[in-house]
Amino acid sequence: MLELRGITKKYGEFTANDQIDFSLVKQEIHAIVGENGAGKTTLMRMLYGMEEPTSGDIFVHDKKRKIQSPNDAIGLGIGMVHQHFMLFPSFTIAENVVFHHEPRKKWRYDRKKANQEVEQLAKKFGMEINPNQKISDAPVGVQQRVEILKVLYQGAEIIILDEPTAVLTPLEVKDLLNSLRELVKMGKSIILITHKLNEVMEVADRITVLRDGKVSGSLKKEATDTEELSRLMVGRELQKKQLPKVTSGKAVLDVNQVYVNDSKNKAAVENISVQVHQGEIVGVAGVSGNGQSELIQAITGLVKTSAGKIRINDHDVTNHSVRQIRDRGLSHIPEDRYLWGAAKSASILDNLIMTDYRKSPLAQRGILNKGKIHSYVNNSIKRFDVKASSINTSAQYLSGGNLQKLIAAREIQKDTPLLLAAEPTRGVDIGAMEFIHEQIIEKRNNGDAVLLISSELSEILALSDRVLVMFEGKIVGEFDRENVSEEKLSLLMAGGTYE
Amino acid sequence: MSSLFDLSLIDSTLRMMAPLLLAGLGGAICARVGIFNVGLDGLMLMGAFIGVAANAFTNNIWLSILIAVVGTLIFSLLFGYMVIHLQANMIVTGIAINFLSIGATTFALRTIFDVQGAYYNNEMVGLPTWRIPVIDDIPLLGNLLSGQSPVVYLGILITIAMYIFLKKSVLGSHFDAVGINPVAAKSQGIKIKKIQYQAVIISGILCALGGVQLSLGQVTMFSENMTGGRGFIALVATMLGQSNPIGVFLSSSLFGFTEAISIRFQGLNIPTNFTLMLPYVITILAMFIFKDRTQLNAMKNSQGSSR
Repeated sequence: MLELRGITKKYGEFTANDQIDFSLVKQEIHAIVGENGAGKTTLMRMLYGMEEPTSGDIFVHDKKRKIQSPNDAIGLGIGMVHQHFMLFPSFTIAENVVFHHEPRKKWRYDRKKANQEVEQLAKKFGMEINPNQKISDAPVGVQQRVEILKVLYQGAEIIILDEPTAVLTPLEVKDLLNSLRELVKMGKSIILITHKLNEVMEVADRITVLRDGKVSGSLKKEATDTEELSRLMVGRELQKKQLPKVTSGKAVLDVNQVYVNDSKNKAAVENISVQVHQGEIVGVAGVSGNGQSELIQAITGLVKTSAGKIRINDHDVTNHSVRQIRDRGLSHIPEDRYLWGAAKSASILDNLIMTDYRKSPLAQRGILNKGKIHSYVNNSIKRFDVKASSINTSAQYLSGGNLQKLIAAREIQKDTPLLLAAEPTRGVDIGAMEFIHEQIIEKRNNGDAVLLISSELSEILALSDRVLVMFEGKIVGEFDRENVSEEKLSLLMAGGTYE
Repeated sequence: MSSLFDLSLIDSTLRMMAPLLLAGLGGAICARVGIFNVGLDGLMLMGAFIGVAANAFTNNIWLSILIAVVGTLIFSLLFGYMVIHLQANMIVTGIAINFLSIGATTFALRTIFDVQGAYYNNEMVGLPTWRIPVIDDIPLLGNLLSGQSPVVYLGILITIAMYIFLKKSVLGSHFDAVGINPVAAKSQGIKIKKIQYQAVIISGILCALGGVQLSLGQVTMFSENMTGGRGFIALVATMLGQSNPIGVFLSSSLFGFTEAISIRFQGLNIPTNFTLMLPYVITILAMFIFKDRTQLNAMKNSQGSSR
């Protein structure tokens, strides 16, 4: 159906894709896996006409084609479901699906026909939707189905899905994978971009692994396993993490019956009490949007609580300023690296010292010590493997994963009794994830307390001594490391009850 | 007090409303595509001046309207180019447009007509008043609604037309889409810049008509800075009306009414300074009552997101 031959893409000196060969046959699911910066997204952007290759050819149905815009791609039957949904929140589901290909009577928008067509299309592919529902009222899983329907409505035969499971709950992931199998049965072909190897093993027919812009392996699913895939992705063996027993000490963080209201004055966090002790990692699991953000922001002083007490090392820090709280011994990897974690237009150097520049040894009596700062910054980016051309590059030119490593470097290296790590490895590749996890565990082993908030179950399970589950602003479950399981967590995260 | 509220109050309300309505609709169409057009006042002033200038030379009202529309349209393209092409800050650009047009019209007034303050001559032809055949014959209603300038009727017609365009047409939904999520619209192959330019051009045309109603409808003259901030009130009407044409119609009616009533108050023994304040006080009050963040958020999103 589709073949890429010798595709190379250069941005100046940097080669994002190097001589990539790739093929897709009818009715298969071909997964492309690779770490961040391996060139997966660049490759797909070229296929979807958002970038043009420096050299190499694209063949669709055995004919050489130039794809210069998304319109060209859609015309050739290639559709893309983007990682960040391309939806119009105030439009209905049907309006979103038919967008730019609306049924019309002369200039008039035939919404009735749009509803009918979308309903029929959804039925044909076995998806349950209400075409008249506003998309902003629909759950994320449904929104994703709408994205797929949109591509189908445009007549796509080849569907590219970019990290489709990143935002879904475990149950929604299962649904999605089933839908993909269903689509293949009905004659579609699918390219699945992801870094979640278990999903790949579950659904893909063939797997292409990219590393550093080159194909490092192209395999049939039957002939491989997750170990081999991750080795091809990272280029080395991964170690299994272990949590050595540490006797936990006194409570470092004490959150006591805290309530937080959201911007609409509705309770986003209700009556939450959490204690994190020395030498302990407490994981908070939950589908994003269930009050975790508000809890993080309340602990770090970014929003005010409406009731309750927060203590760090027995000092009351409830509704204190961010700086006062940090001075009490909190370091914080924020969940949104662009919004809270970094100053986009500031340099890497500035971003690395922005929480500590006031203090010795980086500054003495209000004067910055350039020498100390440079050695500190250079050590940090080496240790955390932040890839950048210079420490004076502004942070916005770092890839998401690299920026995350920078923020982790800033927060983890600090010798604080408490680390609040929110989605610490969101969007970073397996190698970096492993490294950040090791650093968090080391911090714990040194007797510091860590509150880990993550929507990634595997991360919670790998790191936590104790796991709490949040749903709709409340804690709905608590498990010790010994008796926690993915099934139990998924169920509680989705609002079910666990007997 | 009986002289305060009578039927002719409605007549003057309609007259006062028309410029606000037209400029407000121009602001609304821009807001729909994610452009916060602070330059409404400047565009209106430009329209008012070009209308008078053309009228002084041609003595033909229809030709002067046409010239005012074309001239203001070109001027609005300057705003469009800065904001859409160069991605300049919308508010700064809008304010620049306003000051530019104050300066440019005052300068032109002095160089072309060699007068300061205001210009008029007896040969200029103002907008006619139209009697609408059927409505005119209905007793009360006839007095109320008939006998306005064609621009007033046009404003009402454009309100309806724009409502139908936005709610019923495919292109209208694309306008909305560009304002709501430009990245998504682009990914579906919509040419967002083209649509944004179209909206800016429409707002230029509408502001020109509003300006012409000011300088050739209510009076037949041009005075320096004669919009007197009406473009900003129109902007408020846009926001109060949540960029919905019907909403803009209602809110600009409210502002037209306060303007009309403030003129009435001058007949009573109330200081003119106070009565002149009235429309603006109402505007501020209205902002309190109808505080709605959606508009502001839409504008926040639109800035810089059309990469």
